[in-house]
Parts: sequence; C-alpha cells; structure tokens
Amino acid sequence: MRIFDPHIHMTSRTTDDYEAMYAAGVRAVVEPSFWLGQPRTSPASFFDYFDALLGWEPFRASQYGIAHHCTLALNPKEANDSRCTPVLDALPRYLVKDSVVAVGEIGYDSMTPAEDTALAAQLQLAADHGLPALVHTPHRDKLAGLHRTIDVIRESNLPPDRVLLDHLNETTVKAATDSGCWLGFSIYPDTKMDEDRMVAVIKDHGTGKVLVNSAADWGKSDPLKTRKVGDALLAAGFTEDDVDQVLWRNPVAFYGLSGRLRLDVPDAPEPLHEGNSILRGGE
Amino acid sequence: MLTELTNGAPPSALQAALEEQLSGADRAWLHEALAEAEAEAEAEAAEARAKAGAEVPEPVDRNRAQWPLPTWEIRFAEAGRHCHPARRTAQEDPSTPSTPATAAAPCTPAAPDAQDLADAARVLLLHAVRADLDTTTRLYSHGTAAERRAVLLALPHLSAVTTPAGSALPLVEDALRTNDTRLVAAAVGPYATQHLDQHAWRHAVLKCLFTGVPADAIDGLSRRARADSELARMLRDYAAERTAAGRPVPDDLHRVLVLTALPDPAARPDTTARVEITADPTEES
Repeated sequence: MRIFDPHIHMTSRTTDDYEAMYAAGVRAVVEPSFWLGQPRTSPASFFDYFDALLGWEPFRASQYGIAHHCTLALNPKEANDSRCTPVLDALPRYLVKDSVVAVGEIGYDSMTPAEDTALAAQLQLAADHGLPALVHTPHRDKLAGLHRTIDVIRESNLPPDRVLLDHLNETTVKAATDSGCWLGFSIYPDTKMDEDRMVAVIKDHGTGKVLVNSAADWGKSDPLKTRKVGDALLAAGFTEDDVDQVLWRNPVAFYGLSGRLRLDVPDAPEPLHEGNSILRGGE
Repeated sequence: MLTELTNGAPPSALQAALEEQLSGADRAWLHEALAEAEAEAEAEAAEARAKAGAEVPEPVDRNRAQWPLPTWEIRFAEAGRHCHPARRTAQEDPSTPSTPATAAAPCTPAAPDAQDLADAARVLLLHAVRADLDTTTRLYSHGTAAERRAVLLALPHLSAVTTPAGSALPLVEDALRTNDTRLVAAAVGPYATQHLDQHAWRHAVLKCLFTGVPADAIDGLSRRARADSELARMLRDYAAERTAAGRPVPDDLHRVLVLTALPDPAARPDTTARVEITADPTEES
C-alpha cells in the first residue's frame, strides 16, 4: 500500500515516526505551515519556521525515504495578531520556492475580520503564484465556518477545483462536495474523524475527490492513521485500487496542480552511519 | 560528474556539461534565465557608472529582499523544476507525477542527479549576474537548502566580486554548523580551503567524518592535512571514542590519518613524519 499523507506536521514528530511511517507505506508527505502551539511574536520567527520546512525537514524526511513538500501561509489563529501579520508581505518570496506545492493552511479559526482579510489575501496569492490552496475549516462553529469559507472562495480568483477543504466531517461533507472543492479528512485518536466513520463517509460519498490525512502534530495524534484508514477500507470491502486512489492518486492529483511535485527525490533509507546517525551529526 | 564541475570548473565547461543533460525546453529556459541574469548585471554596472561621478550614493539595504523579486532571482528559485535530466522528461510528463520510482522500487537509486543539474544552473546564474557579497548573503539567508547549497558551490566562481577576500566565509561557517549533509558537503569546497583557518578547517574535516560526508568531498584535503599533527590527534581521539563505544571507525578516518602523516614539503622531511598512527592505515587506501 503506497501512502501520501497530504497533511502532517513533521516538525513536531520524531525520527521513530518517520521510520514507522515508511514501514507502513508512507512515501510522500505534505507539511502545511501552521500554529506551533506556542504563539510567535515576530515575523522572523515565521521565517525561521518556513526555512525549516524548506530545508531541514525535507532533509530529515529524505533520510527515511520519504518525499517532503510543504504549504506556506500565515495561519488563521495568528492572522489575528498584529505582530505577525507582516508575514503576509513576505510570503511572495517564499511561494516561488521549488518544494512549495500550495498556499496553506489558511481559513478561519474564530471568524474575525482579520481572518477575513488574511484568507482573501492568501487566496489571491495562490492565484497569483499558480498554486492551489489548502483551507482549514474551523473546529468551533464548523458548519457556519464552512459556509463562510465557501463564500470567500467563490468571491476569490481561485477556482474551487484548486482548493482543498480540510478537517471535514459528517456535518460538512455535503456542502463541501457541492462547492466543487477537494475534500480533506483528518483522522485523530479522539477528536476530528476516526477510521470507521471515515469508511462510512466514503461509502456514502465515494472516493472521487477525497483525501485522508493524519494531521499529526504536537497534540495527541497518530502519524499512522492514514494506513489504518487504508486497512479499514480494505476490511470493509473496498478494492486496492479504491485505497490507492484515496491514499495516493488523489493527493498526487491535487498537489500536482502546482506543477512542482517531485516524487522521485528520496533514495531508499540508507543504513545510518553506524551508531553515529547522520541525523544528529553524532552529537 | 557535474558536482565536480560545479566545484571549480570554468563556467563555460559547466554550462556545456549541463546543457548536454537537459531537454530542449529546459535548455531554452536556461538560456533565457542566463540572459536575464546578464542583463541584470549590465544594468547594475551601468547604474554604478552613472552614480560614480554624481553625489554621494544613497545607502541601500541590499540585504533586504524586495518584492517583486528581480526576474533572475525567481529563475534562481525555480531552477529545480526546470532542470530535469533529459531522459526522464522524455519518458514522463512532469505535470503528471503519478508513477513515482519510490513506490515501485524503493531501493532504486535516485534518477540521474536532478539536484546536480539544479546546482549547476544556479551556479551559472550567480556567475552570470556577478553576484557580490550582498547578493550572495541575501540569497543564502533567504534560500531553501538547495539554494544555499548552490550559493556555497558558487563561491569559488565569485571571488572577484565577493570582496574583500574571504568575506563570504560566514556563509561557509553557517553551513558547517548545520547537520544537513548536502550543505556540509557543499561548504568544504575550494573557498573553505582558501579561507578557513586551520582550527575551523580541522573541525570541518571532523564534521564530515561525523555526519558521513565522504572525505572525497573535502577540497584540497591531501594538501591541507599534510603534517597536521593536531588533526591527527583529533582523529585518533575520535577513533578511540568510537572504539570505546564498540562502534566501527569510519573508513575515511584512516585515510585522512594517513594523509596527516605525510611530510610537509616545506619542512625537513623527517621531522613531521613521526606522527604515530594507531589505526591501521592499510585498511583503506
């Protein structure tokens, strides 16, 4: 089973995770820039983070045979902090980089005017740079947030078939499907979706434009949830081709819209320089 | 092959070798990008000449990226998606990357060095634009790992414009602080050989051994390691530490140790050849 996790925050994960992901079939990931759990107080802090997503993290991933791309943006939470909003002005010079395959995560957190501004501005940046957009849907007041998100997308210059709406669930999947956007589902141990509910959603809505991700980060989450959904789909009678569409071909098709996806990059995980891992420089 | 070329060959030879490996479309992209870079260099030179006779020039913070970026800088950023090995692009449409080599055969080596091609294109761009210290510093500090690597590889080609001599050394030092082996390998080129002091250079050698960067990547190794008894001591200590931990000693360590025992041509031959080699020098030759 080949797996492309289209949304995972590897910066927060360990090399054990990379190893386990490779063993489970993960060969490609996209890491969206997001909130780090701790508020940042200046744009420079974002730039260091973006640099890590364009340098160190792809290197770490390559050591484990996994292709790493990223999406960059000012996230919805910190769009509300005036100390961070100058990030919007600096984004253009980052969006031209080779491994940036979308603008994201953008969207709503608390549905404030500042979030309206950042969302609209960044949808325009995506259109200007020939990039698709990864749009996070809010955790609170989700359905209303989804409708407002879709309205903003309709008013933007980015066509819905270049937008991935993420963190969907049973209450939002219908409106999201009707919008013409791609459909993202995050599988979590306690919150968001779980494997069995995901199987039920795919039974009802098909595999068409569905992407499944672990969205694993610094919270309680599991980077192997993609594989677990694949296993659950097979157990429920879906074919290997169905699973391949959801876990590989759909993410490749969506992020391939950028024209920048390179899946031939990593070598096989080479044996580490014995007992003196390349990854830590022996320190 | 291209890596070696990137590391010091004349730009014309580098361009010829690169073009040989590119598809027609990518070659056209390269020609246009180089023309844009040369035009930028011309425009800057003309501006400098015009200002030379005029009043005191305004200080410009060139370390700050402007938007929109000059076209050639966008080409510098996007080189990785325009420099694919010709054989691959002939077989596969890059817009539909649906047949990843990794999924089918995870043990197959990577396709013929796409990274080398992008390195070469970026080095040529930096040379064409005559990137000075401000420009190289800005591109490095705003760059992806691949772009930083290209700046490091280009430094030997830019010594006439990155003045005063050795002033780009902070970029090399930055790269040597990372644990990204692509950057470490690019940092130990001719520019480092020429400008790193002996203490920093020894640590660079040790860093390569620590992180698995082949000793062959270190420019001027045999010349600089000669008769370096302090480097020999560091290597022996490292070997002892590995041995105490029950871990193998990198083969390259023995090779470098042998080099340190060679006499310094400037000194009397028998005064420096007494470096004691505890590891077996015949193990790797």
